[in-house]
Formats: sequence, C-alpha cells, structure tokens
Amino acid sequence: MYAQLVKSEGLKSREEMSPQEQAFQDRVDNGEKIEPKDWMPEGYRKTLVRQIGQHAHSEIVGQLPEGNWITRAPTLERKAILLAKVQDEAGHGLYLYSAAETLGVSRDELLDKLHSGKMKYSSIFNYPTLNWADIGAVGWLVDGAAIMNQVPLQRTSYGPYSRAMIRICKEESFHQRQGYAIMMKMAQGTPEQKDMAQDALNRFWFPSLMMFGPSDKDSVHSAQSMAWKIKINTNDELRQKFVNETVPQAKYLGLTVPDEKLEWNEEKQGYDFSEPDWSEFFEVIKGNGPCNRERMDARVKAWEDGEWFRDGLNAYADKAANRRKAASVAAE
Amino acid sequence: MSKKEWPLWEVFIRGQHGLNHRHVGSLHAPDAEMAINHARDVYTRRREGVSIWVVPSRDITASSPSEKGPLFDPAESKTYRHPTFFDIPDEVGKM
Ligand SMILES: [Fe+2]
Ligand SMILES: [Fe+2]
Repeated sequence: MYAQLVKSEGLKSREEMSPQEQAFQDRVDNGEKIEPKDWMPEGYRKTLVRQIGQHAHSEIVGQLPEGNWITRAPTLERKAILLAKVQDEAGHGLYLYSAAETLGVSRDELLDKLHSGKMKYSSIFNYPTLNWADIGAVGWLVDGAAIMNQVPLQRTSYGPYSRAMIRICKEESFHQRQGYAIMMKMAQGTPEQKDMAQDALNRFWFPSLMMFGPSDKDSVHSAQSMAWKIKINTNDELRQKFVNETVPQAKYLGLTVPDEKLEWNEEKQGYDFSEPDWSEFFEVIKGNGPCNRERMDARVKAWEDGEWFRDGLNAYADKAANRRKAASVAAE
Repeated sequence: MSKKEWPLWEVFIRGQHGLNHRHVGSLHAPDAEMAINHARDVYTRRREGVSIWVVPSRDITASSPSEKGPLFDPAESKTYRHPTFFDIPDEVGKM
C-alpha cells in the first residue's frame, strides 16, 4: 500500500508480555483507541512512526506524477479539478505528518529521512505519467487501491492515525471518481483516445497490484502489526478485493485488463489473476524504478528552494514578536 | 534540515453559525497569522467552516492518563445528576 514494506517486530505471545504490555494488548483487543500520552510498547511506537511516515511521504511524492499534467490538462475545468486533487494530497501528507508527530518525531526529521533515502514511499510513484490518460488511470487505479487500504485503517488502534484516515477517506472518493471520469471520456472518445486509455491501463495495472505489498507468504512481520491493529487486512486480501472491484469497472469502459490468466472463480467468488513481477517491485523499492531519481531530485529541490522562504517567515515572526514585546514594555 | 522548525499550532473550526469551535487537527506555521492562512487551506477546502481559532500547541495543558481515575471516577456514582434518576408518575404529565 502507501506503506508497503514496514518493518515491524516479531509477534509476542501473551506469556512473553509484561503485565503492562498485556494491559495494552487488552485495550487494543477491546477496540479502545490509544492516544498519544497513553503508555505504549516501544515497538508499537516505532512501527507506527515508520508506517505513518511512509504513508505521509507517499502522499507528497504522489503529487509529482500528477502535478506533471496540471499545466497541460485538456480543459480549464480539468485543470482546476486536477489542481484541487493534487492539493488534497498535500493535505493528506500534512494530516499524516501531524499524526506521526504525536509519537515524538518532528516533521522536519521525517522529511530529512525521506530526502536522504532513509525512509521510503510507495513504489507506484516511481512510474511515469506519459500522457493525459495516465492521469485518469492514476485516479482510478492508484487512488482506488489506496482507498482499499485506507478504509479499514480508519479503525486502526492509534487515535491520531485513525482520525487522519477518516479525514483522508472523505476526500479520496472524489479522487477516484475524477480519474474514472477521465477514463470514461477517453474510452468513449476517438479510437486513438481509446487506445491511449488501454495503454494507460496496461502500464498501471501491475504496478497498482504491487501497491498492496508482497504476497502474504513473503510478507514478514505482519502478524504483530495485525495484533496491534495498525494493519487490518493482509496484503493478499486487499489485492483480491481490489481486483474484484476493478475488473467490472474496466469492463464498463470496454477496456481489457492486461492479464491472460484473469478469470472468474465461482468457488471463491472472486477473480483468479496473475501476481505482479515481484522482482520488478523489489528493484523499484531499491531505487531502480523508472523515476526514482527524478522524484527524489524534485523533492529535494523543492525543499532546498523553499528554505529562504521558510527562514524569511521565521525572521518576520521573530521581528513581529520582538516589536510586540517592546510595545508592551513601553506601555507598562 | 532547516535550522529552526516552524512551531506547531492546534486548529479549531466553527463548522456552522451557532456551533462551538471544534478541534480538527494541527499544523506548522511561523506565526498566528500564517497559521490561520494554512488552516484555511488545509481544513476548510470544502466549506467546512465559518471561523477558525489557532492556538500554539505548547500552550495547551492536558490532563495525564494516570490522573484518569481521580479526575473522572467520582462522576460515576452520581447517577442522580441525570433526569432519568427520578421517577415521576405519568399523571403528573410532561416534565
Ligand atoms: Fe491521498
Ligand atoms: Fe488521493
């Protein structure tokens, strides 16, 4: 997902837990929310910082492939819509950084780790958006996949994370629908436009499936995260759900999902489908995807270019505070 | 990393006329004026508010979880503070 390979702890059995840890686990099991000042196991705190941080980074790096098309949107209305969508993603990043900050890290620290490559963001944003149909595919598939994961996370055990998710989910369905609306327009357009839509689906299908992370059999450490309710469903469960919901949407568009093995399985009431190429996934995560370099360079440049502005506002705030202080001393 | 981080602010929004301001989240800003501008951009993009308060997070004093018992337990036994504690006969009519 937006947090695909979050290192967590090995699962602790009840006997291995201290009384404090047992009481904590009971609260989680009872569906109570854990709040910032409550006692929590160090592993819980650390895993959450990694997960929420990775999620936040994905939101803001995710602005780049879409921002790429704002100036070239085909109509003024599409441009305004895309701008609003990309602005929402900045907000999502902010909600999530704020949630992470309640765990004792600062936003600048997290950004620093992103920029120095110590923290990751979702693999999906390392693929290029080559034409306008890609913007449709991203909204439809990428935001669609994000929703699959974010909806259950509204019930996560950590209060600030859960509240951020609720806020994000409210905005996310606009994202998916505006993407699908672009796809409809293209798929019902000229043969060339329909080809573009098909080509976008072909390129984004498997990378979208990768968003849910490695297959359950290869996914380490998720048992502890699930016990803590910071992961609600397994990767494979969510991937299956995504495929089941997306295939009929593709059919409606008259587009073909690029998977010869895709077939309805009556028994499991879901589609059978091919796994993505996991070696590609791990390459992209390692930094060798088509756009990793470009994304990182753009992020670091934005941060560095903005420094004089951030500092300027700080200087102005300090000056104004000093003036206020001087005025109040003079008045005494 | 920037030498000095913008401080954290808590944001409260009045959703509609006549309602209380409610805490909606937090954000970073160099001063109160910018905090309001940022709050407008982040928390009211879909007409969620008619008024904004911002408060420096460091100025908020919070009760600690360990005080939960002494602070809130005493209210538990005082059920007579609720109107349903008292049985008023039907003949009396609406009260
Ligand atoms: Fe988002
Ligand atoms: Fe989104």
